[in-house]
Amino acid sequence: MAECIFHTEDITKVYRTGEVEVHALRGVNIELFANEFTVLLGASGSGKSTLLNILGGLDSATSGRAWFKKLELTAMRDRELTRYRRDHVGFVFQFYNLVPSLTARENVSLVTEVAKNPMPPEEALERVGLDHRMDHFPAEMSGGEQQRVAIARAIAKRPEVLLCDEPTGALDSKTGVQVLEALEKINDDLGTTTVVITHNAGIQKMAHRVLFFADGTIADVVVNDTRIEPRDIEW
Amino acid sequence: MRALDKKLVRDIRRLWAQSLAIALVLACGVLAMVMMYGAERSLTGTRDTYYERTRFPDIWSNAARAPKSLVPEIAAIEGVSQVEARITENAVLDIEGLDSPAMGQIISIPASGAPEMSRLILRAGRLPEPGHDREVVIAEAFANAHGFRAGDSFGVTLNGQKREVTITGIVLSPEFIYTIGPGSIFPDDKRFGILWMPEEVLAAAFNLSGAFNSVTLSVTRGTDLEEVKDTLETLLKPYGGSGPYDREAQTSNAFLDGELEQLAVMVQVLPPIFLVITAFLVNMVLGRLIKLEREQIGLLKALGYGRWDISWHYLKLAMGIGAIGVAIGWGTGYWSSMAIARVYGEFFHFPYLVFVQYPAVYALSAVIGLGAAMVGAALAVRKVVMLSPAVAMSPPAPTRFRRGLLDRIIVFFRPGQPTMMILRAIGRWPVRSALTSLGISMSAAMIVAGLFMLDSFDELLDVAFVQVNRQDAMLEFAIPRSEAVLDDVENLPGVMRAEGAFATPARLYHGPRTRTIAIEGRRESNTLARVFDGDSRTEVPPGDGIVLERRLADHLDARVGDVIEVEFLQHDDLRRPVVVTGTVSTFFGLGAYMDQDRLSAMLGQVPQATLANVMIDPAEQDALYEAVKNTPAIAGITLMSQVRSSFDETMAESANISVVIFSFVASLITIGVVYNSARIQLSERARELASLRILGFTKGEVSYILLGELFILVAAAIPLGLWMGYGMAGAMVASFDTDLYSIPLIVTRETYIRAALVVAGASIASALLVRRRIDRMDLVSVMKTRE
Repeated sequence: MAECIFHTEDITKVYRTGEVEVHALRGVNIELFANEFTVLLGASGSGKSTLLNILGGLDSATSGRAWFKKLELTAMRDRELTRYRRDHVGFVFQFYNLVPSLTARENVSLVTEVAKNPMPPEEALERVGLDHRMDHFPAEMSGGEQQRVAIARAIAKRPEVLLCDEPTGALDSKTGVQVLEALEKINDDLGTTTVVITHNAGIQKMAHRVLFFADGTIADVVVNDTRIEPRDIEW
Repeated sequence: MRALDKKLVRDIRRLWAQSLAIALVLACGVLAMVMMYGAERSLTGTRDTYYERTRFPDIWSNAARAPKSLVPEIAAIEGVSQVEARITENAVLDIEGLDSPAMGQIISIPASGAPEMSRLILRAGRLPEPGHDREVVIAEAFANAHGFRAGDSFGVTLNGQKREVTITGIVLSPEFIYTIGPGSIFPDDKRFGILWMPEEVLAAAFNLSGAFNSVTLSVTRGTDLEEVKDTLETLLKPYGGSGPYDREAQTSNAFLDGELEQLAVMVQVLPPIFLVITAFLVNMVLGRLIKLEREQIGLLKALGYGRWDISWHYLKLAMGIGAIGVAIGWGTGYWSSMAIARVYGEFFHFPYLVFVQYPAVYALSAVIGLGAAMVGAALAVRKVVMLSPAVAMSPPAPTRFRRGLLDRIIVFFRPGQPTMMILRAIGRWPVRSALTSLGISMSAAMIVAGLFMLDSFDELLDVAFVQVNRQDAMLEFAIPRSEAVLDDVENLPGVMRAEGAFATPARLYHGPRTRTIAIEGRRESNTLARVFDGDSRTEVPPGDGIVLERRLADHLDARVGDVIEVEFLQHDDLRRPVVVTGTVSTFFGLGAYMDQDRLSAMLGQVPQATLANVMIDPAEQDALYEAVKNTPAIAGITLMSQVRSSFDETMAESANISVVIFSFVASLITIGVVYNSARIQLSERARELASLRILGFTKGEVSYILLGELFILVAAAIPLGLWMGYGMAGAMVASFDTDLYSIPLIVTRETYIRAALVVAGASIASALLVRRRIDRMDLVSVMKTRE
């Protein structure tokens, strides 16, 4: 059995916007393992992004506990969470979230400059197949390219986990496949534990493990014995 | 360079229009500070240097005729370091091409060849040779007014004897930085000039051989001026001494001080207000700008940047913008402080300028400017940095609009949806709306505070030249005459009516307070020069007491009904109690008025006149001038129309400089505020407005929603700003009170309208700039960014 990277105990999360209370998570218990490629699948509003944010130290839980290896995330203060994000986690967002005023290389540098043992920005970009676009600004790149820059930025610090929130959500099938290939390659080459949120059910087939979300709870967990290549995914 | 720093540089470049607008607002505040302090410092420094180098005296006194043997006694007074006795007299000047006679004050040059005190600075030519009775040097201002050069000549009537003199040189004197003729209130270099001639020539002409009628003293540092003046007064009393006075009462210095003091008041009041206002605006605008960076801040946090890293990043952005503003302010401030000092320097005829800058002002303005920018940034960043990254990166939750009282009122009127949006936005962010409005009002207030002075001067002119002084001209007698002389005056060609006026130097005492002034004797029947209160616009007859100028009454702390002691300086030991029967605001001088008959009775003499106020028939003006030139008993003539026009010119030169500058800076600030507000509003609501466009709203309708809000805020700001401006004007008027003049608080409707128009114009210009951006809004890309 591989090392357990994340596990949670009865995580709940309640959002209050104005007078409305939204129960995003209603007691979630999961375990995620080292080197695995995990897909979180579910309808919009089922709580998958909320869980990912809590695992990534971007958000706090309302109750329950969550651990990264032996570190209890739910007990950390802001400073420790910053440290945790800086040292262990890479993020990829649906809308890339690149800094528009920085080139591809500089966007990656943004992370390598504060990381402990980063790879050179050039290497990170090479790994996502963008060695020829390093000095372009985000506005000069396609959506798929921008997302791959975001992946390069996320992996450049050699994180133990890579958390991706709908990385292909804004992309068409062709560029979406390129992004997924990049993620798989990172997972294979570097052994980075990868968690991907999607509501594209086709993507589950490339995962080691699939968590099905419904209404703020885990409805099912499926472990795939055989995985398919991204290019074979039906979009 | 670190990636984050590259982002910083590129962010400033991306936001250049707005960065610059913010920087310029700040620059205006810094500019006003550096400029005004620099100019004030430079002028004060120049005056001090000038006075020191030319040995400007500390004490002056005139006498009728004092023997020169008195000089060693004066020099022996404790604390006196230098004494110079001299002769100074008035003279009528006959200058070719001048339609009215000019007056001159003529001063002796000692036999040693040049005055030791109030040293002359030779600008051209040479000083007269001792003993040459037809050589003269003249003051530069007078020379310039007539285009005189060394070698030119003109006519001088000395004690009734007319002679032609030749100009050997042109000089500057520290005693006549301001050259003001008798009865005049402002310089008129064409009709009043200062001349210097060898002492023996004047002594012969005025029968003053071996004697002097004017003395100047310097004292060592730390000497009690009052004691020296008292001793000097005692020494000169037997010789017709008119009472020693110090620098405070020396006309030229008093005017110069008044002018510098006025500048100092403006410096102390306006620039700090400007700077504080701009700091406040920069703080507000920068804060809102940074709030727009919410998502990026969330991203940086997600990437593992700590709070301090992120805060520091935005502080650097703020400092960058602040530094640009401060640098622009410093540069333009330094340059314009020199330019203003130069203009004033020319106005004062300083021989040179000593530029002095105030390092502390530079430092202070930078600290305030950068501080405001950084505090604005820090407050805004702090709020966002406190959010968890997940929250920061998602757009802020829809604002909670509630059905409050305001909303019910709005709904009651059933405006269209766009108007509803405008009104609800204002109601939803009342503090933000109020602050924006307040910022705009402040700029309106600054414009009023700059422009009102012109109104006040108009009022002052009206009181001085229409209400108080209605005479066409003043004829000054060489010595006081009995009032019978007025019949002779009325017989002069062109004189339609003549009224006498009498003035005698006196010292007023009230408790521990004392003041030396001239008391004027007036008759209630006089209509050409009245004792008139400019505030209530009524005549105040002295009755059997004395009427004091309001500021004089303040100095003496005397109220109507109080009894003050009056010591008549030209009459031995004559000291009488007099009741204060009224006060008047005349805006000029520190006058005191008594009934002519009562004053004469008190002095034990028949009513006398020191000058005659006359009405003139314009058709016979030339004949009158000719007659005055040829009448030795008349020392000079002052035309009120010329006094008034020279006053106008002077105002145009000095006060207008400041008025124009302040109005300009205030207008710039207005544009900065309005433009920044509109721009930020546009950024904050870009998505909302783009959505409306996609829903089919026209560009005009969308602009209406954005700019309508701004216009409502401007409309609310203007009346408030005008009201605040009146308050600022009041504060400035209160601090302008000097011995020489005060300023009435008058703000005309035109000024209010002008200020309102500047603000409205700035708003419209900014709106047009923003409107252009709305028109160019790329709908697709706006909607593409994440929700």
